[in-house]
Amino acid sequence: MAPYEPIDLSSLKTRVKEQIQAAFPDAHIDYCLTCGLCASGCPATGLEGLDPRKFLRLLVLGQDEEVLSTNWIYSCTMCQRCKHACPMGIDVGRIVYEIRGMRPKEQRPPNLQRSCDLQKKSNSTGIPNEDFVWVVGDVLAEVRKNEPEWSDLEAPIDKKGAMFYLNQNAKEPTVEPEEMVPLWKILHRVGIDWTYSSKWWDGANYCLFTGDPDDWEYTVRMQAETVDALGCKYYINTE
Amino acid sequence: MFYATLEGLRRFKIPHNFEFISIITLYAQWIREGKLVVDPSWNTEGVKFTVQDPCKLVRQGLGDQVAEDLRFVIKKVVGAENFIDVWPNKSNNYCCGGGGGALQAGFVKNRRKFGKIKFDQLASTGADVVITPCHNCHTQVLDICDHYGGKWKTTHLWNWIEKAMVKP
Repeated sequence: MAPYEPIDLSSLKTRVKEQIQAAFPDAHIDYCLTCGLCASGCPATGLEGLDPRKFLRLLVLGQDEEVLSTNWIYSCTMCQRCKHACPMGIDVGRIVYEIRGMRPKEQRPPNLQRSCDLQKKSNSTGIPNEDFVWVVGDVLAEVRKNEPEWSDLEAPIDKKGAMFYLNQNAKEPTVEPEEMVPLWKILHRVGIDWTYSSKWWDGANYCLFTGDPDDWEYTVRMQAETVDALGCKYYINTE
Repeated sequence: MFYATLEGLRRFKIPHNFEFISIITLYAQWIREGKLVVDPSWNTEGVKFTVQDPCKLVRQGLGDQVAEDLRFVIKKVVGAENFIDVWPNKSNNYCCGGGGGALQAGFVKNRRKFGKIKFDQLASTGADVVITPCHNCHTQVLDICDHYGGKWKTTHLWNWIEKAMVKP
């Protein structure tokens, strides 16, 4: 008889792992070779006592309670550097996304959930669409008045048939509106035909980070419908 | 952010008639085509620049091509001799630690520990300015610079294009 009996894993319950495999058939969690390339190149290694490799081990060994309760999933930024390094192509970022989505909304970090909830209404900072339109007009008027060289500067909104649609991170109109001006000047100098939209204009999308596919899909769908309704050939993302 | 829309359109098979593109790709294209004329001669004091590759745009978005475009634009705008690259870079760069909702999620201590690698990497370039063409990166790089006592200035890219822009 061998000195050690192999550990019998046949009765192991790995419900979370199976849930992930069902939602994301390419997860291939069992492919992990435990080589540790992911952990050695991950800035979230060591936070909350975990790293990508340990996190996968927890899943494989059915430690579901710990997987579902650890806040490591919010230290991991889902940046996918581990996937980039993994010889087996395992996407821990995507797995973390699935686990974030398994948390009931009321147990997710409130400010993160709030950013997504606001995004579903229009934009991540929650300023009314009318304020966005007003701020753009106000900043534009200032530049045209104070900088003679740019007296014909434009910042069109809802211009149907413009070639380019441009989104705008909500941070600018909300807290640093003067940061919109350099881009307007560049577009003006190049001479392209562009437009903002008065709705679904925000370039951020926090609904990807709450892990909720329905919310994420809804916000992207609203953006796509808006750009198509304007008839723009190109959608320019500003970041 | 780039990936949220790019991947959202793909994953949920959302019908659309437009092409989804990055402003960075366009800046590079316009400079190459001569539609956007920039002159780095304003940088008489040799102000040194480095860059943060946004994960959502580079590794998860358009890959090394857009990272090359980003460097092409910066070098044209500030002078090639004034650009100091980070290591690792492009698709293999480190995340700044502000993405993925980390700036909103509230685990500040963890976010800053995560960002220490980014801080050390950026500080080791000795650059005076870090260009962050993503708002999450911008906020995080500002914060870690302040928290760990860095000396660089954190800015968007468009400010420097504006500065270097000349009439064609």
